[in-house]
Amino acid sequence: MAERSFAREVEHLRLGAGDVFSGEAILAITKGLLQSGVAYVGGYQGSPISHLIDVLADAKDVLDELGVNFQSSANESTAAAMLSASVMYPVRGAVAWKSTVGTNVASDALSNLASGGVTGGAMVIVGEDYGEGSSIMQERSHAFAMKSQMWLLDPRPDHACIVDLIEKGFQLSEASNTPVMLQVRVRTCHMHGSFPCKDNVPPPLTVAQAQSNPKRDLGRIVLPPAAYEHEREKIAQRLPAAIDFVREHRLNEWFGPQEAPVGLILQGGMYNNVIRALQYLGLSDAYGNTQIPLYVMNVTYPMIDTEVAAFAEGKDAVLMIEEGQPEYLEQALHTVLGRRGIATRVRGKDVLPMAGDYTAQALLTGLQRFLEESAPRFLGNRPPVPDAAPVLAHPVVEKLKEVVPSRPPGLCTGCPERPIFAAMKMVEQDLGAHHIAADIGCHLFSILPPFNLGNTTMGYGLGPASAAAFGGKAEKRSIAVMGDGGFWHNGLTSGIGNAVYNKHDGVFLIVDNFYSSATGGQDILSSRAQNKDRATNNPIIDAVKGMGAKWVREVDRTYDVARMRDTLKEALTTEAEGPKIIIASSECMLNKQRRLKPLVARKIKNGERVVKERFGVDEDVCTGDHACIRLSGCPSLSVKQLDDPLRDDPVAAIDNSCVGCGNCGEVSEAVALCPSFYRADVVHNPTRWERTTNRWRMAAIRFLQRRRTMRRPLMEMA
Amino acid sequence: MMLADALNLPLAPAGVATERPISIAIVAMGGQGGGVLTGWIVRLAEDAGWVAQSTSVPGVAQRTGATIYYVEMMPASNGRRPILAQMPTPGDVDIVLASEFMEAGRSILRGIVTPDRTTLIASSHRSLAIAEKSAPGDGIADSGSVLDAIGVTARRQIVFDMDALAVRNGSVISAAMFGALAGSEALPFAVPAFHAVIQQEGKGVAASLKAFDAAYARARSGPAAPPAVPEGAVPAMPAVPVTAPDRRVARLLARLHDEVPDAVRPIAYAGLAKVVDYQDERYGDEYLDLLAKAVAIEDLLGGAPRGHGFARNAAKYIANAMAYDDVIRVADLKTRPGRRARVEREVGVRAEQILHTTEFMHPRMEEIAGTLPLGVGRWLQRRPRLYAFLDRRVSKGRRVRTYSIRWFLALYLLGGLRGLRRGSLRHAAEVAHRDAWLRQAIDTAMQNYALGIEVLKCRRLIKGYSDTHARGLSKFDRVTATIRRIENRPDAADWARRLREAAVKDSGDGSLDGVIRTIESFC
Repeated sequence: MAERSFAREVEHLRLGAGDVFSGEAILAITKGLLQSGVAYVGGYQGSPISHLIDVLADAKDVLDELGVNFQSSANESTAAAMLSASVMYPVRGAVAWKSTVGTNVASDALSNLASGGVTGGAMVIVGEDYGEGSSIMQERSHAFAMKSQMWLLDPRPDHACIVDLIEKGFQLSEASNTPVMLQVRVRTCHMHGSFPCKDNVPPPLTVAQAQSNPKRDLGRIVLPPAAYEHEREKIAQRLPAAIDFVREHRLNEWFGPQEAPVGLILQGGMYNNVIRALQYLGLSDAYGNTQIPLYVMNVTYPMIDTEVAAFAEGKDAVLMIEEGQPEYLEQALHTVLGRRGIATRVRGKDVLPMAGDYTAQALLTGLQRFLEESAPRFLGNRPPVPDAAPVLAHPVVEKLKEVVPSRPPGLCTGCPERPIFAAMKMVEQDLGAHHIAADIGCHLFSILPPFNLGNTTMGYGLGPASAAAFGGKAEKRSIAVMGDGGFWHNGLTSGIGNAVYNKHDGVFLIVDNFYSSATGGQDILSSRAQNKDRATNNPIIDAVKGMGAKWVREVDRTYDVARMRDTLKEALTTEAEGPKIIIASSECMLNKQRRLKPLVARKIKNGERVVKERFGVDEDVCTGDHACIRLSGCPSLSVKQLDDPLRDDPVAAIDNSCVGCGNCGEVSEAVALCPSFYRADVVHNPTRWERTTNRWRMAAIRFLQRRRTMRRPLMEMA
Repeated sequence: MMLADALNLPLAPAGVATERPISIAIVAMGGQGGGVLTGWIVRLAEDAGWVAQSTSVPGVAQRTGATIYYVEMMPASNGRRPILAQMPTPGDVDIVLASEFMEAGRSILRGIVTPDRTTLIASSHRSLAIAEKSAPGDGIADSGSVLDAIGVTARRQIVFDMDALAVRNGSVISAAMFGALAGSEALPFAVPAFHAVIQQEGKGVAASLKAFDAAYARARSGPAAPPAVPEGAVPAMPAVPVTAPDRRVARLLARLHDEVPDAVRPIAYAGLAKVVDYQDERYGDEYLDLLAKAVAIEDLLGGAPRGHGFARNAAKYIANAMAYDDVIRVADLKTRPGRRARVEREVGVRAEQILHTTEFMHPRMEEIAGTLPLGVGRWLQRRPRLYAFLDRRVSKGRRVRTYSIRWFLALYLLGGLRGLRRGSLRHAAEVAHRDAWLRQAIDTAMQNYALGIEVLKCRRLIKGYSDTHARGLSKFDRVTATIRRIENRPDAADWARRLREAAVKDSGDGSLDGVIRTIESFC
């Protein structure tokens, strides 16, 4: 069960000819796949392509009707290997993942796939997680396309263009026997727009039909001497075929006047921001009527040499607009023009930033420099361009820089991982700091305030593997953290298996929250939900023990901070040999709330007895030290200033978003923090017996309270 | 070279650069409903037949981090769709919607709020960032700086607490912000069009509309720039009554009026009320006696023209020192009628519902021993093995069901042990500590008035329970000891203030020791 229901989006997949799709681009891509007669789809979730996986996971009916096989792959490598169905059979397949991380994982399979080539169209949708808002290292997928020779499509950020390129991309793949990558950037994936739909196309040959008629061709298998032949074939046959197809079907686009002293060559994805930058310079209107010729590369690999040469020929200079580094396209352009002896000057990252987002602002600055040096007449009577510099230099704004606090992401309210790190923090206080190998997932937020735990992170599911060097006996053991998502992605073998085999002496903490939470709450093997389409409820402990681990502890309620702490301490100090594995399990609170909230509301409405819990802080008991917050960081636990002239410091306070997870109470209990926390249980629809006893009990309590109040010298503040 | 020529070329701009889409940036924290608001704005434009495009970068920011959504909208022209940009350009944003006040500040720092074009619509409420919350002491950022910056950067501003307004109307902030957007009239769409968008939503429509309308009215009617109430404002001083119905209180009040100068009286009243509430009438007398000493020193040093700084701080911190936190105090506070009423209010308990509370107590032998009579306590302390044995029996987490008869009685009886407090081990320690501190403050003040006040203020460092309390005491000791070392320097008060501030902020990261080392390097 994903973070939210995609029922509405699934309906979008049913749209047909004459309908207009309106929504996120990543969903338009999903629809585009079905319009292209795709026979199978796989992939691994992750921003920005999670919704593609989520929607297809919820769209079983639509897919069954069409005869499309969909799988949530175990990891990107699995997804890439799945494309091998298109090697021998004329079935179209698509897989999707977050890139470059996913492409890294997939690259072994991709290399094999690209070497042997494909018969049916094979497409990889890569969500290019680059620039502001990205959660990963800043690299380009472009390199992978080049080194394995897969065609790279980089469509203009326009739903119709993207969807069209999916269909054409499959044809290109088939025409050139080469897998194709379709690259979409974060902002494009989450971009709202629309396009006119076509009917969905059932695959002409389903995978089931294909598998019933097996085919074999030794020449397609990557083994010498075929492997040598593949390389030759790539150059002699597949590349020319691809170039022909791209030219013939005009996948790249030209805008603006035919004749001009300068021109811009750009990745398709850069188009919208380039138009805006040109607009600022008075060189285009809002509808893309540009005064400067543009050659828009919706296909960024291969570069179509005849097209770029023709575009550059006769111009004084061209500007290559290419986001990210190294500047592969600029280099290729130099080669193309140089070999042909074309004297047009190539500009690129000498006037544009080498790294980072190509925002309209960055492009504006670069274009201005390019035109000033190459064709100043274009700048003419320049309209004033937007400029925030004077505002930013204002002393009041300067001062604000010191004031606005950073707001890093953190664990959600009630997150079951919070008590785990609170416990680790307590252990750190008792036993000192340990080397902590972190992983990818929500739990990586432990590296940020308030926990500040974690020394390295090396990739998804690789937390334990990244502690491999610390496996020998030492004064202090290493701790490796890994989530259930990473565990099933590869950590079971790369981390746990490796540790067991090499008799690693460290501690391995597996955070099991019943979902692949960081990517949107998708089900995985160990999810506790019943999923009629998938096999869930496969406990992590069985897998770990199956791997041969001996010292394994389960903490089945992470909120039990004291037990969590003691288990960690035991793991760090025990005499036992081999890896010490702790599996800490509690349900992801975001998903739990989504699951339970409607149920509870319904129960209350139906008059059933329900106890709702939340926490609070007695403001007169709290002394304003905030030690509790330094062990929590829960969004619902904040501070407030009291209206009391005797108090200097704000006190802790819990707001209504508290879900009553119990962490606050457990932590203050475990470290004897302070008695100001309380849990309030509100009984909705209490039974008659409960109401009666409550009445009597409260009467007695009120009697006692009155007695004491009357004796006290009454001197309350107004 | 040609640049100068180029500027003089008689070329008209090719396109109409002014004909640009309306650009809207929504700055928010992940999980605040920025996506919903973005969707509404897009639909609003599309309903009017415009082309609208939104982009966002949820990524990791969706887990409570700062994030930004961006919308551009423009009508199509003769069937040609406008090409819309994917991110805001500094200096070129028409409307910025900020769902939290510091996020409004962040949007200003991004350069997307500029005086020539930006309407800034910001909720003045604060959702504190982790650095603000986790700082020991007061780490809350100054909202006034944001307000000042809005004043110099925004073309127009609509600032009010949209979160509170939404909650009052049973809805969420996105509805209130949508209403404020309509009220700003920064978009060329009429109110019914906004309503229609909300009505298409299908759930929570009535509440959303209510919040929308209230925010719309508020945005149109209110002053252009209502002052945001900055968090951390100085609390108002209480008005001091002349007398009281309770004879015991009346007598203390008479003493207060008699002995304490006007400038000191309000804070002294607050202090008096606190210690009487904490213990009894006699404790009030004790307080006034101690305060009288401070007032006498003040007179002696001629502190009145300097605003009675010494006496006022003495009034405040003596009260805090006397009302130290112990188990009797906690039990007393937890069993008061006002406490239950506050919990009911905060949690929102309705009449037909039943409230229970559970306290998370972790008493240790130290707290128990502290409550025992001085002699017994000392006897126990001299027997570490017995003490440790008892501690093992006592020290564990206890969940106390406050309003069960059994636990309430236990807490009630414990809270009633105030009579024994004066003779307790803890009290003896507290009184000794308090007296030593006051003596140092007075002695210091005689030499250096300002430094004397700084010594008084060091009392702020002592707070909390168990380990936190011990850490506070240790900080207090280090700071007051260091003050002694520098008390002859003319700039001692300034260093003392820096020391104390470092101590307040030190949560075990050694920053206080750093300042102490700096001081040791020059004395």
